[in-house]
Order: sequence, then structure tokens, then C-alpha cells
Amino acid sequence: MSSDQTPPAARDVSTQEARMGDGADDRFNSTLREAFGSTPFILTKFDKFMNWVRGSSMFMLQFGIACCSIEMIHTYAIKHDLDRFGSGVPRASPRQADVIIVPGTIVSKFAPRMKRVYDQMPEPKFVVSMGSCTISGGPFQEGYNVIKGAEEVIPVDIHVPGCPPRPEALIYGVAKLQERIAEGESSPVTVKPYELEQFGDLEQDELVDKLASEINEDDLVMRYNWNDSP
Amino acid sequence: MSLEKPSRDTALDVGVTEDGLDYDALADLLGGHVLDREEHLNAEGFVIRPDEVQEVLSTLKEEAGFDHCACVTAQEYDDRYESIYHLRKYNDPTQELSIVVPSPKDDPHNESAARVYDTADWHEREAYDLVGIDYDDHPDLRRILLPETWQGHPLSQDYNQDQPQIVSLREHANPLEDDKRSEDDPDTMFVNIGPHHPATHGVLHVETVLDGEQIADLEPDIGYLHRCEEQMCQQGTYRHQIMPYPDRWDYISAGILNEWAYARAAEDLADIEVPEYAQVIRTMAAEMCRIASHELALATFALDVFGDFTAVFQYGIRDREIVQNLLEDLTGQRLMFNYLRLGGVAWDLPEPREEYFEKIRDFLDDLPHKLEEIHDLVTGNEIFQMRCVDTGVLSPEQVKQYGATGPVARGSGVDYDIRRDDPYGYYDELDWNVVTEQGGDNFSRVLVRLREVEESARIIEQCVDLLEQWPEDDREIQANVPRTLRPDPDKEIYRSVEGAKGELGIYIRSDGTDKPARFKIRSPCFSNLQTLPEMSQGEYIPDMIASLGSLDIVLGEVDR
Ligand code: SF4
Repeated sequence: MSSDQTPPAARDVSTQEARMGDGADDRFNSTLREAFGSTPFILTKFDKFMNWVRGSSMFMLQFGIACCSIEMIHTYAIKHDLDRFGSGVPRASPRQADVIIVPGTIVSKFAPRMKRVYDQMPEPKFVVSMGSCTISGGPFQEGYNVIKGAEEVIPVDIHVPGCPPRPEALIYGVAKLQERIAEGESSPVTVKPYELEQFGDLEQDELVDKLASEINEDDLVMRYNWNDSP
Repeated sequence: MSLEKPSRDTALDVGVTEDGLDYDALADLLGGHVLDREEHLNAEGFVIRPDEVQEVLSTLKEEAGFDHCACVTAQEYDDRYESIYHLRKYNDPTQELSIVVPSPKDDPHNESAARVYDTADWHEREAYDLVGIDYDDHPDLRRILLPETWQGHPLSQDYNQDQPQIVSLREHANPLEDDKRSEDDPDTMFVNIGPHHPATHGVLHVETVLDGEQIADLEPDIGYLHRCEEQMCQQGTYRHQIMPYPDRWDYISAGILNEWAYARAAEDLADIEVPEYAQVIRTMAAEMCRIASHELALATFALDVFGDFTAVFQYGIRDREIVQNLLEDLTGQRLMFNYLRLGGVAWDLPEPREEYFEKIRDFLDDLPHKLEEIHDLVTGNEIFQMRCVDTGVLSPEQVKQYGATGPVARGSGVDYDIRRDDPYGYYDELDWNVVTEQGGDNFSRVLVRLREVEESARIIEQCVDLLEQWPEDDREIQANVPRTLRPDPDKEIYRSVEGAKGELGIYIRSDGTDKPARFKIRSPCFSNLQTLPEMSQGEYIPDMIASLGSLDIVLGEVDR
């Protein structure tokens, strides 16, 4: 593909080499670059390209909640090494992360904080919920303090069932997410019964009256209606 | 540092006899304070008046040597509320005494014990939070696990679980603001750490007040993982439904150790004899869990001290994967084993047995070399030493005041290990040592864990030897246990085992049904975490992070 197209005038320099110039070091000549041959251009749809890039390099949020986070750690660490699939590198700050894996039981006190962390992530952001707890509350579903699934608070792209899911299962979930992102599928719209809102905006009722002396009007609060939650 | 107990301080031996405690002598010591005496399965319970708690407890502490307030259990009966203070001694935890404090149904309150035992502070806050008993003269009686704005006390009888709740996000306030907490120093600053922070090992929230760069005041705020474990256990039947939950208390692979805590309490409650063969398997599996747990403690500690997912972290995880494989072969699970059964274990060792033993032996053979590697990387590392030696110092007195146990206590030279002092399983037949270090700093706690891994390996090796030679027709893994267990009504028991983090105790009260009437978990991490303010006072934030790492808490167990 390359050598026989070399014009005779070009003193033994292949087109590819000529086009790349001598600035680039050998190290930058990837196999991918070789596969493109002489042309430095590819033709694709911009959106498609962006999606492919997005799916191939995802930064995870370093976010541990409960038991599942132990298996999540194992997924990041040696042996399973999620990084192989272009989605490792846990970031400590939500502002640098694309994906949040929710690994564990969410309880009433934590849900507003989790929502906050989620809100701090830049768009586009994706959520993998890990473990039965984030699907339905799992083994703790009947607990007085337990939110019955991550989807009560934030939208979720991929659910990975298990208690805890094995690292392989989590990797499968993340790979599925990458696939979906690469194909440009958007995240499902989910019902979010629990919102963060200002205390003053809540509908007045007995409970709100009672707490009026304890909570400021503009404090953010989350109201749980345990009765209606699935 | 051996199986010999250190000699006792004889002045504090009221009622100590060759064959156990003489409760009459203790009752004499307390005189008229004792209104009534109850039989609990582990110890006698002395019923006292709600307004004499401090007096009674300080007499017992000062004059009878009960220096360990292991747990405070609160519960509601049909006609009264009750707080039970489970007292033991650090130098012999088989000497136990329960102080039972009833209080009236319409206005439950009794005197606080926090002035006698510092550890009672948090325990009583929890009792107030979940059951609703008021403690008079408590330094700071607020909710601890549930949000401050919570309505009702969930473990009391008339709690309505369906009512709506409102939870506020107070940390919406500027996390870096001036803080005028202490009057004489107006320049202090409030810094909020957590609940989502890479160094807090999960969802711990630490409110710190800084004076310059030093910590002037620090308060751990917990409850971000309060999963109602006690409620779950109270709703489950003894025989099968409770066992999966212990796996999820201390979820750092310490599953079998936790399961054993429940198994031990329930087996003693229902009078079940476990076959010896099963005990050996349990002992072996439990020590594997301890190794896995300590490996992760080390890995995450290195993460805190060195700052990122560095080599040490990966080394720790590498070794853990091997133990986890062994446990998976045995139990079928990597993390949530659910392997113990009341009266035995779920199934025998995997076939072919020789292959399994071979695998374990390989692991044990490689271990010394791996530990050496870790010593080279970690404990021999100068930067590590600079961060850990003489930081986060905890004195033996503080350990006892806060009821700290496990590697935290042993790192401060408190020689306390339930496996030896109140033996269960097969431990007293085996040859191993209790590890202690005298330093009391972050470094000592890490050393204790690393050396405990060696001891655990010794135990496993002996168990493998035993199991290999066990006659084939005597491999009984399960005692005869009725399908539905209904222990007699009103039996009460507090039993503990040495979990990965320390004394893991369970209190159960039966009411004649197949479910416990009260199930209380005494979590070692809960008590250990209370020492954090003591260790960090006047230190820098990075030292506090190192102390937190060396405490090795797991939030699932702190919050339960
Ligand atoms: S799904 Fe299971 S393992 Fe995961 S957080 Fe919930 S209880 Fe723990």
C-alpha cells in the first residue's frame, strides 16, 4: 500500500514518511498509525468519533461506600486490572471523573451527599450501580434507614447485580457501558423520587412545621417518603 | 507475648476465685445498690437504680478492677426500658459482670456512665438514637447514627417505619470557614473531611477545627452506612436467616470471623455442641480471613501514607487475592462467605483434599518471603517511618478508657486477645503467640498487624496438619440442630470473639420465638474510632490521616 506508490522523485522516502515529517519520534508510530498507511486523515462522523473516544478513555471516580467497594478495589488492582479496558485510573475528585460506580448500600444520611457528588461531576457523566443494594436495597431493603436503590436518587446507566458482584461482573458492566457510549446510546430517563431541594420549598405539612425551628429555609434537604418508595 | 497471661494486680481481685467470679463478694462490695440479681448466660446481672449508675460503675472500676466497659445494650420491654453495661477486665475477659439499669416506660432516663468510662459516651448516644433512652449528665447527648432531624427511635416498640423523614445537607455550608469554637482563639478554621474523601476508608465524615496547621478539635461524624443491621437480625430466624448478615458488618473479607461471633453467641444460647472437626475448619478459615483483612489494612494504609495507588497497595492486593482464592475454594464465595452454620459449617473441605492442602501449603511457604518484601517496602522505608513513628500515640490508659481492642490495643502494649483469654474454637489446642508492641503509635499498630499475619499463618499450618490426619470416618461437620431453633424465653447472653479489628461481641435476648428479641452488636471499630480525637489532638492533618489509616476502621462495622 505504501512503498509502490512512492513517486520516483522522492529519493527513497515513502509518502507516509514524507507526510509525517521528521518531527515525530519513532515512538509515536503506533500500529494504528501504520494501519492508516499513507493517509493522515480519517473520515468519520464527528459525533461518532467523539463517542468512540469517550468510551475508550473513562475516568472513574474513587468512591467507596460499602462491601461492594472492596470488590471494586480488586477490580482496579492487579489481576483484574480494569485499566486494561481503558477505564481505570480512579480520580479522587468528582470534577475530574466521567463515571461513578456506586458500590454499596445508600442510607438516608448519605443519599444527599451522594447526589451532591454526582452533581459535581462534569457532563457527560455515567453511572454504574454495583450490587443488589444499589438496585433495590439488597439484603437491607427492609431497613428503616435504607434507600431502596441508587435510582431513587440519581439516574443509572448500568446495573451490575450480585452481592457483591465478582470483579469479572463489574468489568463486564463497565465494558457494556463503554459499548453503549461508543454507540451513542443515551442513559435511560429514570424516576427520581428523592430530590435535593431547599427546605423552604417543601410543601407544608406536619413534619415540615415541626422541623422549621431546626432547619434553615435555604438549607438543602432531601425528603423521604418511605411509604411510596417501591 | 505468649500464651501465658501476665500476672494480675491482686488488689483489684474482689470476688476472684479459682473457679470463676464469686458474685456474692461483688454484691457485698456494692451493698445496698444491688436491687436484684439476674442470671445471664455469660455472667450475673446486677440490677441497680437508674440514678446510681456512676457510683456503682466507679466502685466496680476502682475497687474490683472492671476496667473494660465492652458494650452498652439498650432495649425496650413491654413495661420498661433497660440499659445493660457489659463490664469485663482487660487482663481476664472471662470475668464479666452485667449492670442492668431499668428505667420507666413513660420517661426513660438514667444516669450516664460516660464520666466513668469514656467509651460509654458513644455507646449511650447510640442507645439514645436507636432506642430512645435519655442519659442524664451525658456530656453530649445527640443522635449519632441517624441524621439529626430524624423522627422517632427505630428500635423502640412504637416506631413507625413508614413515616416520612427529612434529612438536611448541612455540609452545604462553606467547608473552609472561620470557626470561633474556642473562645480564646478566634483564628481557628473549620475543615470538613468526608464523607466522600479518598482517605476516610469509606463514608466517614471528620469535622476538624484547625489552629494554624494543628488540629485543635476533631469529631468523627458517623452513620453514613447505618444499614439497620440490628433490625435485620431481629427480623431473621436464628437457624438460617441471620448468618448472611455478619459477613456484611466487617466486610473486609473478615466474614468468617464475624459469622463466628454470631455462631458462638447463638450456639451457647441454644446449647449446641460443635464437632471438633468443624471447629478446626472454622479456626483455619477464620485465620485466613484475618490475613486477608490485615493485608487490606496494610494496602489501604499505604494508600493513605504514600498517597496513591502505589506499589505497596498492589502488593497487598496481590497477596489478598491468593487468600481469597483459598477461601473461595472452601466456601464458594470471594467475600460474603455465609459458610458457618449453627452447630458446624456448611460443607467439608473441597475435593480433592490433597490439592487443596497443597494450595494452602504453597501459600504459607511463599508468605515469609512476601512479608519480607513488604517490610522492605513499608516498615523499612524512611518516609514511612517519618510519618508513622511517634505519630498518633495512644497510651494504654486511653486504650482502656475507650474500650479499644484488637491490634489497636495490642499496639499500645495492652495484652488482650479473646482467642487466648476466652478461648473458643480450636485455639487453645494450638501453638501460637499473642503479638504486642509497646510503642502505641501508628508504626506499632502496623507492625502488630504484620506480625499477626505470621501468627495466623502458624495457626493455619497446624490446622492443615490436623485436617490432613483426621480419620475419614470422623469428619463430622455439623451437629444435630433442630430445624427451627426456639431458645427458652428470657435468656440473655453476651459473647465475643476476636475479630480482625478486635473484640466483636453479640448480645442476644431470646423471647421464646424463633427470632431474637434483641440483637446487639458490639463492634470493635466503633470503640476504636473513638480514640481518634485523642490521637490527633495537636497533630497535623496528614498525621490524623495516618492515624485513621492505622486504626483500620471499616464503616460497615462502625455504623452497622
Ligand atoms: S450488594 Fe451486598 S456486597 Fe454490595 S454493598 Fe450491598 S450488601 Fe454489600
